[in-house]
Amino acid sequence: MENSQTTSRDLFPGALEMMILESLRRQPAHGYALVQHIQQRSNNLLQVEEGSLYPALQRLLKAKLVKAEWTVSPATNRRVRVYQITKNGLLHLEREISSFDRMLEGIQMVLGPQKRNANS
Amino acid sequence: MSWFDRMFRRQRLYDELSEELREHIEEKTEQLMRIEGLSRSEARQAALRAFGNLTLLEEKSRVVWQWSTLESIFADLKLTLRRLRRAPGFAVIVLLTLAIGIGANTAVFSVINSVLLKPLPYPGSNQLLGLRLDAPGAGGLASISNGLAVSPSMYLTFAEHNRSFQSIGLWSPSTANVTGIEQPEWVQADQVSDGVLQTLEVPPLLGRWFTPADQDPHGSKTAMLSYGYWQRRFGGDRSVIGRAIQVDAQTRTIVGVMPRGFRMVDNDFDLLIPMAIDRSKLKLAPFCCNGIGRLKPGVSIAQANADIARLIPLWMDSWSNGPGTDPHWYEHWKIAPNFRLLKSQVIGDIGNVLWVVMATIGIVLLIVCMNVANLLLVRAESRHQELSIRAALGAGRARIARELLVESVVLGLIGGALGVGVAAAGLRLLVSIGPANLPRLSEVSLDARSIAFTFVISLLSGLLFGSLPVWKYVFLRGSARLSGSGRTASQSRERHRARNILVVIQVAMALVLLVCALLMVRTFAALHNVDPGFADAPHIQTVSTWIPDQLITDEQTVTRIENNIIDKFSAIPGVTSAGFARAVPMDGNEPNWDNLFVQGKNYEGNNPPLRFFNYVSPSYFNAMGTRFVAGRDFTWTDIYNLNHAVIVSENFARETWGSASAAIGKQVRQSSDTPWQDVIGVVEDVHVRGVDEEAPATIYWPTMLRSPYEPKAPITASRFITFAVRSDRAGTASLLSEMQQAVSSVNANLPLASVQTMQEIYSKSLARTSFTLVMLGIAAAMALALGIIGIYGVISYAVSQRTREIGIRLALGAQKRELRWMFVRSALVLTGVGVFVGLGAAVAVAQLIRTLLFGVSPLDPLSFVVVPVILVLAAAFASFLPASRVTTVNPVDALRAE
Repeated sequence: MENSQTTSRDLFPGALEMMILESLRRQPAHGYALVQHIQQRSNNLLQVEEGSLYPALQRLLKAKLVKAEWTVSPATNRRVRVYQITKNGLLHLEREISSFDRMLEGIQMVLGPQKRNANS
Repeated sequence: MSWFDRMFRRQRLYDELSEELREHIEEKTEQLMRIEGLSRSEARQAALRAFGNLTLLEEKSRVVWQWSTLESIFADLKLTLRRLRRAPGFAVIVLLTLAIGIGANTAVFSVINSVLLKPLPYPGSNQLLGLRLDAPGAGGLASISNGLAVSPSMYLTFAEHNRSFQSIGLWSPSTANVTGIEQPEWVQADQVSDGVLQTLEVPPLLGRWFTPADQDPHGSKTAMLSYGYWQRRFGGDRSVIGRAIQVDAQTRTIVGVMPRGFRMVDNDFDLLIPMAIDRSKLKLAPFCCNGIGRLKPGVSIAQANADIARLIPLWMDSWSNGPGTDPHWYEHWKIAPNFRLLKSQVIGDIGNVLWVVMATIGIVLLIVCMNVANLLLVRAESRHQELSIRAALGAGRARIARELLVESVVLGLIGGALGVGVAAAGLRLLVSIGPANLPRLSEVSLDARSIAFTFVISLLSGLLFGSLPVWKYVFLRGSARLSGSGRTASQSRERHRARNILVVIQVAMALVLLVCALLMVRTFAALHNVDPGFADAPHIQTVSTWIPDQLITDEQTVTRIENNIIDKFSAIPGVTSAGFARAVPMDGNEPNWDNLFVQGKNYEGNNPPLRFFNYVSPSYFNAMGTRFVAGRDFTWTDIYNLNHAVIVSENFARETWGSASAAIGKQVRQSSDTPWQDVIGVVEDVHVRGVDEEAPATIYWPTMLRSPYEPKAPITASRFITFAVRSDRAGTASLLSEMQQAVSSVNANLPLASVQTMQEIYSKSLARTSFTLVMLGIAAAMALALGIIGIYGVISYAVSQRTREIGIRLALGAQKRELRWMFVRSALVLTGVGVFVGLGAAVAVAQLIRTLLFGVSPLDPLSFVVVPVILVLAAAFASFLPASRVTTVNPVDALRAE
C-alpha cells in the first residue's frame, strides 16, 4: 500500500505506463531490462520502483497494449519473459504522448509568468 | 481473451508472474554481486529490499486480472468448503438438520401451493363459479358439502334466464356398471349436462363435447371417456369414436375422449354420461347436482348472485312438485344463491389446516436456524482469536462479516438442495398415505414455484443464522478483544448471552408446538371416545352394488335378489350376520332428507323439520352392531308385505316423545298423502357424518316401500345399496372372493364396488384430524429433539470452557455433586424462562387452532401442565449428561493446562 502511494506521488498516473511503452517501442525487453533502461535514459533521475513495474505490465497486458513471450536471454542464458509493444500499444502511446505534450505545454504556460516574475 | 478463458487461464498467468518476479530478483542479485562485489546472500537481501513486499506486489499484479469482489467471494466460498471438509461432523449435523427443516417446509409449501394457490386447471378459471345456494330452512339437506345443491329444474331456469353467465352446467358424480367384458366393471361415470364442458372450456382430445341433443332421454345414448379409461380399456385406440359400450345394461356410443389430466372439478372419472333431462317430467326437487357457471367478462360474483336471486321466484312459478302441491312451499327454505369461486368451493375449509401446518413447520425451521446459529457461534468462538488477529491486521469488518455470511449462506443453500430431496420423498409419502379428503391431492407436486420457495427460505435461513455470529463477533465486538485470552474471556456472562437467548427461544417454540400437538392428541382421543353408532368396526366388511332398472325392472325382484345375496353372505363360514342399507355411516352418501309428520302434533301451518332418511334391510343393525334401545328390527315379512313400519333413532324418539320406549307404537308419515307408519323400534344414535358432528335425528325405512311421490310406480326398492357383513375375516381376500362368488351366483352382471371395512371408512372420516395430528406431532417431535440438542450443546460447551474453573473449585474442595447441580441448574433456569415465554405464546396459538379441536378446551389444563413438565425433565436430562463430565476433570491437569 505504502509503495503504491509514494510512486503515484512521484509520477503522475499513466507516466510509468507511458515510459514502458516508449522503451518497448525502441526495443522489446524483459522486466529487469526495462527497469535498467528507464533508469539509464533518465540519467537516474527517475528511480523506478521495481515492484510497481509488474502491476503496470499486467495492466498493459490486459489492455493488449503489449504482448509477452518467454524466450531464453542470450546474455544470461536464462528463461525470461520479453515484452513487445503491439499495434494498439503504438497508437495508445502516440495519443498519450501528444496529450502529455499538451498537458506539459499547459503547465508551462501556467508556470511561465510566475517564473518570470520570480526571476525579475 | 474472454472472461471465461481468463477464469481458467488465470492460474497460468499467476504462475508466469511468480516466475517472472523470481527471475527479476535473480538477475538483480547477480548484477549486484557482479558490480558491487557483494556476497550472494547480501546481494539477494539488497535485491529483495529494492523490490519491496514481494507477496503484496504479486497480489497487486494479480488484482489486475480479477473482478475483485466476485473473486474474493469465490475465494471465501472455496475457503468455506475447505473448512467444512475439515469439520465433517459439524457439516453433517448442520446440513442434516437444515435439509430436514427446509425439506419439511418445501413439502408443506408444495401442498399449499398445489391445493390453495394454483388456479384450477381450466382456462380462465377465475371466472368459474360453483353454484350453491343458502337455504337456512332446509336443515341438514343444505349443509351437505356447504350449501344446497342445484336441482335440474333450477338449472334450466337459471341457464335460460340469467344475464351474468356465459354458460352454466350441471354435473353429479355417479357410478355405473360396464358389462360386456370378462368381469362386470364398476366405473366412476359422472353425469353431466350439456354446458358443463363448454363452461370448463377444455376441448376433447378426440371427438366432440356433448350437445343438447345428448341429454334428451329419448335421443341417442352417448358417452365420453376419460384419458385414463381410454388407455386402460381401449389401449388408447384412436378409432374408439363411434364404438359402442354397455353402460348399466344400456348401449351407448362413444362420442369423445377427454385429454390427459382433465378432471371433473375434483372428481376422477372414467366415463361421462349425459344427464337425462326430460323437461316434461321435471319437478322443483331433487337438489341433487353440482352447478358450475362461467361469468361473463366484467360481471362480479355479487352481481351474479343478485341476478340469480331474481330468478328463484320464477323457478317456483315454472315447475311444481306434482299436481296439488304448493310450488311456493320452498319459500320457507329461504333459498338464496351463494355462488363462490369454483376453486374456493373445491378447497373448502382445508386452508385452515394447511396454514396451521405451514406455520408449525415454519417454527421448526426457525428452531433449526437457532440450533445452527448456536453451532456457528461455537465455531466462531473457537475462531475468535483468528478473527481478532485478522481484524487487528486491518481486515475490514465488512470483509470478515462477508466471510462469515458466505459460510452460512453456503450451508443454507446446500441444506436447501438436500432439502429438495427430502421434500420429494416426503411428498411421495404424503400422496400415498394422503388424507382422502384433502382436495386436489393428486395435483400436488414440486414445481418451479416450490423450488423458488426453497431457494428463498434457504437463503433467508442462511442469512438468519449467519447474522448472529456476525452481529456478535463483528459489530458488537470489533477488534477490542485481542488482549483477553480465549479462556478468560469465555467466562464472562455476556459472552454466553446470545446462546442462552437462543436456547430460551427454542424451548419456548418447542413448548408451543408440543402444546398444540398434545391438544390434537386429546382431540383425537375425544373423537375416538364418541360412540359412532356401530361396533367393532374392523370386523364389518362393506361392499356396494347397484342394480340398474335397465337390468331388472321389477322392484320386488330387485329386493328378492338383494335378499338372496344376504342369505348367501350369511352362509359364508365365519359370517355372523349380514344386511344392507342405502348408506352406511360416514361413507358420504345421504340418501334423503325429508319432512316427517308426527301424529298428534300440530305444526300450525308450517312444515315439520327435515329429518335424515335411510333405508335398511332386516339384520342390518345387527351386522353394524347398532344397538336397539327399544322395540324390534324389521323382518323380511315386513318388507314384502309393505308393512307400515319404521325404526327411529334414539335422539328423535327422545325429542318427540320424551323417551325411547314411549316411541314404540307411535305413528309418523312423510306427507298428508302417505299412510301413517308405526314406529316398531328405536336404535342408538349414529354419527352419519363423522364423530365430530352431531348424530342427526334419523328415520329408518324398510328397503322396499310404497313411494309417496310416484303414483304410477307404487313401490320403490333400494337399487344402490351397501352391504354390511360382520365376520372375523373382514378385510381378507378370501372373504371377498367368497362374497364375489355369492353375488355372481345370484346375478352374474352385478359388480362389487367400494370394498372397505367400516374401520377404513371410520379412519377416512378422521383423515383430516389425523393428518393435522401427524404433521403437528412430527413438528413437535423435531422441536423437542432440537430443543434438547440445544440445551445439551450449551451445557456441554459451558462445561468444556470452564474446565479450569471446575478444577480450581474441585481443588478447593467443592463436591462434584454440587458442581453438576450448578450446570443442571443453569439449564433449568434457561428452560424455566423458555417455558414461561412459551406458555404465553401457546395460549395465543391454541386460540388460532380452536376450530380444529374437538372435546377439549384450547386452554386444556392437562396439556398446559404436562408439556412444561416434559420440557423440564428433558432439559434436566440433556444437561445432566454433559454436567456429569465435571467428574472426569482432574484438578491437577486442569490447573496445569494453564
